[in-house]
Amino acid sequence: MAQPTTDTKSMVSLPALLRKNAASFGSKAAFREKEFGIWQTWSWAKALDEAENFALGLIELGVEQGDFVAILGRNRPDLYIAMIAIQMVGATPVPQYQDSVAEEMEYVLAHCGAKFVIAGDQEQVDKILEIESKLPDFKQMIYLDGRGLRKYDHSKLHSFVSITENGKNSGSASKSTLNERESALTYESTCVMLYTSGTTGKPKGVVLSNANIIETSKTTCEFDDLKQSDEILAYLPMAWVGDFIFSVGQAMWSGFCVNCPESADTLSNDLREIGPTYYFAPPRVFEMQLTNVMIRMEDSGRFKKWLFDYFMEHARRVGANILDGKSVGIGSRLKYFLGELTVYGPLKNTLGFSKVRVGYTAGEAIGPEIFEFYRSLGINLKQLYGQTEASVFITQQPDGEVRGDTVGVPTPGVDVRIGDNGEVYYKSPGTFVEYYKNPESTADTKDPEGWVATGDAGFFEEDTGHLRIIDRAKDVAKMSDGSMFAPKYVENKLKFYPNILEAVVFGAGKERCVAFINIDLSAVGNWAERNNIAYSSYQELAGHPKVLEAVQSHVEEVNSSIAKDKMLAGCQIHRFLVLHKELDADDGELTRTRKVRRKIIADKFEDLINALYDGSSSIYTETEVTYEDGRKGKISATLQIKDATTNNVAAIAAQ
Amino acid sequence: MSNTDGYVTEDGRTIGGVVMEMKNITLRFGGVTAIKDITFDIREGEIRAIIGPNGAGKSSMLNVVSGFYVPQEGEVFFRGEKRPPLKPFEVARQGIARTFQNIALFEGMSVLDNVMTGRLTQMKAGIVSQSIWRGKAEKEEVENREICERVIDFLEIQSIRKTPVSRLPYGLKKRVELARALASEPKLLLLDEPMAGMNVEEKEDMSRFILDVNDEFGTTIALIEHDMGVVMDLSDRVVVMDYGKKIGDGTPSEVRNNQAVIDAYLGVSHD
Repeated sequence: MAQPTTDTKSMVSLPALLRKNAASFGSKAAFREKEFGIWQTWSWAKALDEAENFALGLIELGVEQGDFVAILGRNRPDLYIAMIAIQMVGATPVPQYQDSVAEEMEYVLAHCGAKFVIAGDQEQVDKILEIESKLPDFKQMIYLDGRGLRKYDHSKLHSFVSITENGKNSGSASKSTLNERESALTYESTCVMLYTSGTTGKPKGVVLSNANIIETSKTTCEFDDLKQSDEILAYLPMAWVGDFIFSVGQAMWSGFCVNCPESADTLSNDLREIGPTYYFAPPRVFEMQLTNVMIRMEDSGRFKKWLFDYFMEHARRVGANILDGKSVGIGSRLKYFLGELTVYGPLKNTLGFSKVRVGYTAGEAIGPEIFEFYRSLGINLKQLYGQTEASVFITQQPDGEVRGDTVGVPTPGVDVRIGDNGEVYYKSPGTFVEYYKNPESTADTKDPEGWVATGDAGFFEEDTGHLRIIDRAKDVAKMSDGSMFAPKYVENKLKFYPNILEAVVFGAGKERCVAFINIDLSAVGNWAERNNIAYSSYQELAGHPKVLEAVQSHVEEVNSSIAKDKMLAGCQIHRFLVLHKELDADDGELTRTRKVRRKIIADKFEDLINALYDGSSSIYTETEVTYEDGRKGKISATLQIKDATTNNVAAIAAQ
Repeated sequence: MSNTDGYVTEDGRTIGGVVMEMKNITLRFGGVTAIKDITFDIREGEIRAIIGPNGAGKSSMLNVVSGFYVPQEGEVFFRGEKRPPLKPFEVARQGIARTFQNIALFEGMSVLDNVMTGRLTQMKAGIVSQSIWRGKAEKEEVENREICERVIDFLEIQSIRKTPVSRLPYGLKKRVELARALASEPKLLLLDEPMAGMNVEEKEDMSRFILDVNDEFGTTIALIEHDMGVVMDLSDRVVVMDYGKKIGDGTPSEVRNNQAVIDAYLGVSHD
């Protein structure tokens, strides 16, 4: 085997980084997973050992160089280690979204021709067996959790343990094969292939090289000073590029510990137990947490409520400044310290954020109140802007320059320019190699010089050099009177209200804007409970006159805020309805990363959009829904359509 | 089919010989005869259902199997030996565990503590050692906790491990009851209406757990259930009772075509 060395020149692959970590701090924790109520630890030495044995087992199983190995399951150390092992044997890991339904997986697995699959449990195994006949390249499957699989035909099915065992007992022939294949890895060899969630059309396989991942990890670890002693919680889908960079790339580079929760339901508890120092979450998670905090404060006693309100008011005033190291006066500092003792400290502890040194949010715009709430508590929450094709990082906010409405300055090593049409282009060491088996799309996205079109429209602020993103470039359109239509901008403003979970605004080519609204069941449900409003289902609550009233007031507030912006004043919402079902990725209305698929929604609910424009006050509709297990059903409802007051732009301008 | 022969089920599982045999059981409460002359057996590894309309004597039958009721007539054979009247803890030691129609958990205790009570019959440490929690008691607790944690993992109730039972919704309480029964590592598991009052999703979950328990641990399961769809899907053989009498016994498809069963369920015209 290759000699362990700290020379960074030879660190051209993730397996090499794993070897370096095992050699330099072998006894330190590399992974932890809570199982049977106890945090079980994998040291770096053990991780390397397991990776080697599993890699040998893969060779015995017949995995060849250049093969694709799909990985589907929740975040578990074994799966992360398996990814490294797959790279060791010269194959490419293709992590999948574990909540994808079988048909979605079929496309991806057939597209890359995955010969091997590593599945987390019976549920995932079943999905593959369901589509097996349509996957001509499929050969063998490995599973982690054998529960319920006893009776299955094991001719193509192996347990993870048996593969590792095979590897351990393999002969010198396999060992030398492994050695050969591992030393054949270069900086240019493929590290991982990740499928984009596909807001538009079919998912595309983004090929990322070792150089992409390692260079990106290196610069970003330096940017935030990530160290071996840091801790993260790996809970976001493994198929998402962010998880690969944070839990694999950066973890391998700086050697910090990746903690995997016991199950999705125990997440908040596990978060509290681990107390990560480096944390990432999409805005949705922060929103949900804040909503929960507020709901619980509503339910608490009068004194506690007063204490909370009193100190939060103070934190809002000075908290962010203290975090940025600005001077705020001794009295304010003392009061903040008292607040830390009584409110902020315990609250951060409950949320699991006591030790967070660096926190990031990205993916969608985060509401300014939400962002400020966490910052004022003293949590160093920042924003970054990125995409799969860039190995995540395009811009990020340096400490001390954090603001709610920008996404920061270009990450070191990344060049960003704004195109003539306002679209953001970048060029970076993390820029992807190609879309797998799709040269046309590759050429469309990446020009010969290496500039990649992000598809987002944005601009640099002149005084600060920070980038601001307005909307998807292709969604920015004109209304019939020629004024600018930026749906996401309006939707984000709506979504900042806790009662509103999702909003979809239509209006391209029309003279007025209309909107679909999804209410947030936990926030509105709690409000209903406190106001003695009985409801039996989401649909019933969504149609309640008082709920509609509340939503209407939110829409009108948004209208008056939009009206102040001359450029976008035309985007005020004239009519809206509250949808009878939650938009769901299973129905194809959202991507797996919960982004709205505008066109699909527009086609599916065409009748509703027509009703919004033709002036009717209610509409009857039937919608097909997909249940979690893939069965389909129908729900029907009569939806009320509401008119919202809009503001005359000229009148406001005159004021 | 002799007592020692097995059979192979429709889905290809091999069922062993007789574990428990009820011979001509009659149970009376004063003047009311709850069970009249019923004979049936439960075989190793099978899922055996007892069904029947309200008041048919199903729960009484399960109580006879569990040893809680001692029948006035008839004999109970467990593993080929005639079973004398036993105390409940003696039954538990034989490897029989049960859940109740009306949940019988310790409401004020956490889920974990409730599940741990399932291990009580296996605990040997004395009261002194238990109270100072040293030596044997500590070792025992660690071992038993591990078994309980495996059950918790199996039934996917990790997130409510430390939650007091009184705060749980009904469906989860049922699952906790199953967890407690499983913690005693039973050979024979008796489930009294495990799916009563559940919604479709909870029923599907519970069905999967029952099948998984049978599959993974090879536990023999006897259950009472009202939902015919569930019974027909889950069980290998079904006993049908009506007014304390056995009116049918066989595989789900046999039972479904049995005229006496159809009459009992759909009613019969008396003209």
